[in-house]
Amino acid sequence: MDSVLSPAAWLLAGIQALLFTLAAPLLSGWVKKVKSRLQNRRGPPLLQPYQNLWKLFGKEALVAHTASPVFRAAPYIVFSSTWLAASVIPLIATKLPTAAVADVIVLVGFLALGRFFLALAGMDVGTAFGGMGSSRETLIAALAEPAMLMAIFTLTMTAHTTNLSSVVDHTLESSYSLRPSFLFALGAMLLVAVAETGRIPVDNPATHLELTMVHEAMILEYSGRHLALMEWAAQLKLMIYGVLIANVFFPWGIATELNLGSLAIGLAAITSKLAVLGIALAVSETVLAKMRLFRVPEYLNLALLLALLGIFSHVILEVGA
Amino acid sequence: MSSVLPLSGIAVAASLLSGGIALFSARLGRTAAVLSFSLLGVAAIAALVAGSAVLVTGATLSYELPLGLPWLPWRVRIDALSGFFLVLIGAVLMAVVAYGPGYVRQFEHGHNSFAVLGGFSGLFVTGMLLVIVADDAFFFMVAWELMSVSSYFLVAFQHENPANRRAAFLYLLMAHVGGLCILLSYGILAGFGGGFAFDLLRTAQVDANWATAAFVLALLGFGMKAGLVPLHVWLPEAHPVAASHISALMSGVMLKIAVYGFVRFTFDLVAEVQWSWGVAVLAVGSFSALLGVLYALMEHDLKRLLAYHSVENIGIIFIGLGLALIFLGTGHRLLGIIALVAALYHTINHALFKSLLFLGAGAILHTCHERDIQQMGGLLRRMPWTGLFFLVGCISISALPPFNGFVSEWLTFQAALQGFVLDSGVLRSLLPVAAAMLALTGALAVACFVKVFGVVFLGQARSRQVRHAREVSFGMRAGQAWLAILCLLLGVFPTVMVTLMDAIPRQLLGAGLSQATAHGWLWLTPVSAATASYAAPLVLLAVAVAWWLAAMLLRRGGIRQCDPWDCGFSPPDPRMQYTATAFAQPIRRVFGLLFHIDERVETEAGIARHRLRVDDRSWGLFYEPIVRLVQGCARQVARLQSGNARAYLGWSLGTLLVLLWIVS
Repeated sequence: MDSVLSPAAWLLAGIQALLFTLAAPLLSGWVKKVKSRLQNRRGPPLLQPYQNLWKLFGKEALVAHTASPVFRAAPYIVFSSTWLAASVIPLIATKLPTAAVADVIVLVGFLALGRFFLALAGMDVGTAFGGMGSSRETLIAALAEPAMLMAIFTLTMTAHTTNLSSVVDHTLESSYSLRPSFLFALGAMLLVAVAETGRIPVDNPATHLELTMVHEAMILEYSGRHLALMEWAAQLKLMIYGVLIANVFFPWGIATELNLGSLAIGLAAITSKLAVLGIALAVSETVLAKMRLFRVPEYLNLALLLALLGIFSHVILEVGA
Repeated sequence: MSSVLPLSGIAVAASLLSGGIALFSARLGRTAAVLSFSLLGVAAIAALVAGSAVLVTGATLSYELPLGLPWLPWRVRIDALSGFFLVLIGAVLMAVVAYGPGYVRQFEHGHNSFAVLGGFSGLFVTGMLLVIVADDAFFFMVAWELMSVSSYFLVAFQHENPANRRAAFLYLLMAHVGGLCILLSYGILAGFGGGFAFDLLRTAQVDANWATAAFVLALLGFGMKAGLVPLHVWLPEAHPVAASHISALMSGVMLKIAVYGFVRFTFDLVAEVQWSWGVAVLAVGSFSALLGVLYALMEHDLKRLLAYHSVENIGIIFIGLGLALIFLGTGHRLLGIIALVAALYHTINHALFKSLLFLGAGAILHTCHERDIQQMGGLLRRMPWTGLFFLVGCISISALPPFNGFVSEWLTFQAALQGFVLDSGVLRSLLPVAAAMLALTGALAVACFVKVFGVVFLGQARSRQVRHAREVSFGMRAGQAWLAILCLLLGVFPTVMVTLMDAIPRQLLGAGLSQATAHGWLWLTPVSAATASYAAPLVLLAVAVAWWLAAMLLRRGGIRQCDPWDCGFSPPDPRMQYTATAFAQPIRRVFGLLFHIDERVETEAGIARHRLRVDDRSWGLFYEPIVRLVQGCARQVARLQSGNARAYLGWSLGTLLVLLWIVS
């Protein structure tokens, strides 16, 4: 345990967490850009999300008379819990000390903590839209969270550890073989990622049409730096799911030793993996239409089913064999 | 060490005396209430100190009381398990003692006198303490009945309401059916062991089939008291109608006494556990957890909602116990110990946060005279302290880091994830299913407490008395604060708690959980450091630092108050807010099959009214057939009632003859 906790490792973990946060708007910008090109539009510049955040941070924040202190605290809690979730995921190197502090169950807990306060913030002002958004968000999360945990448990049971860094190490060390459990878990994880980050076909981040929005409805009353934190947290969440899929399921390229060469390779690897995932997301958002809300449970049940199939095929076929 | 027995004696005596003093409330007035609660406070401190001393030293003490039957004296024994539950009782009782005097003020006038409430509260606490320390089945049953009967009177306290009388009767009935099952299961063990003392039961050589029968009876009996689905129907009826600090004791502590009984029976008294028992417990626990939270989501009476959450959390505890039985029954002692510790950890966590939430609900009831959450709203501004403590309770029960509910669910998950060591493929695939149900339960609990906190404390008030609510007295707030702080401490320092609990598995199962805390107080590593680790203090530190950083960087820029925007529509009024029914509607639709839903639109004099009633299915599925059967039999028996005196004499003679024939 002590070998993981060297000062150099902590420093690297801090840098990774910072990099994670700073890169998150870029990923959103990339997805938006690709989507626009696919729709024959030029689209906003890649760095537009940064400019938006900067603009919002400079603005005065409006708070409704009816809002309670929860409304003002929520953006900070949502952002910091999402950031903490991000900091335990191996981005460019494994052997993270933060992954020992908080394992993958804690990661899901952090995301749930952020969502809890996000949903409360939606209920706070007492508008109809906010409550609607919170109600739908908690429904989607309630169905998506078990699927996500089961998909991740398939991997952690294979690696015999819930430490994400060790899971990645285990996948790298073991000889490559295409396992059915792995495929099922990947399928479930992709479906969950789309639902949890509020993308088409579950939610549409670009809409402000009152009756269809979920995430946007909850943050409807926010402005200025509060809104900036909420939006940044949402971009961070997209990045979290992207990196989870990229590094846990396809860990090749990630640095396992702390020297400059392998770190550079790790950075290049995660950049290209995320670029590919971003393109995939943009394509799926372009070809799919948004579902009705009551089709979403069926969609998430499919995710849960895939995840359970993954875990069954692991415990029955792979452990027994 | 020698002071533990006198201390527990003091705890029992003080609680008994507290009940006695309450009887004089007519003469002493408010002094009686203050004295009565102070004595309960003495009992709480004595129980806390005695329990912690036993846990720290890991000693076992026993004593023979000069009471009981001539051939069966009552015996008292305090081991680590009893000590743990003494601590639990003491911790919750402390909060109730601070909270109670302010709360019972409303009963000073009118016919609900404090004499009844205080008197039976004292007896109730006495009964619970005696159950914990009893060392023979006879004494155990006497204490158990004392606890059940005195709590019946506490449920029936406001008996002028017919619904309360019905709830109390249902409670009494089910408590006694449960008591009967427990008695029979002890009877089976005693039949093999040759006596009722727990020592004899432990050494009894029980035939495997008879052991299973005893186990099933114990699961039924203790499960009925704990509120496992489908034996839970009394719980949402009985807990809400008692006074709120009693609800806290019933939900927070009495259900845990049932857990104690079950743990004592299966992990201590029965010599050989079988893995198949674990499967049954796991299944019952999973269904209780899931159904409990779903019914809670549909409930809008705050105290009934909390009562259904007790069903959920008892389910989570039994998931842990089921895992422990499966692992122990298949020879994986270490993993069994982890699961047992997880279950016990959740037991004390649930005691703390559920009492906290019930005290919060009581504070709202006290000041607004309202239990329907659809009438509330915006209370956070009127009652900031109660709101803060209630929020802590909500976060803890929703199992969010870094509070205590998360730690025990994390431990339960860790135990479930070790399922790959089992030999049977069926068992190996059963554990992930239970884990999935636990995950779903946790996520739904988050949804439910977003609903509760959002509708009750946020938004705008939906009725006049809620709009004018006032913060409750200092004592009532102090009781809640104590529990809220304990919730945070147990969440942030799990290693301390696990170290304290180490003596329990060492005494019951012969091995401790030393590897869980082998890496210092910072790291909780249940299986090994390589498998999983959690450093809760660092998590709290990181949350604080991240928040501080964000707040520091963003200090500049003002905040302006304005009207809500709401997409530019007219400013919202309280009636336009999302209600609890609306909030839960998507979930009601998705899980519709599990509820009994009666939804219709009635038009009356041109005004259309939407009526919605969502009920628990278990009443119709399990209880109505029994009720019909009993009534059918009663109708047959009623044919004897001819009203003719000669016919009655004939029946008596016939009965006498049959009896004589049997006896001879």
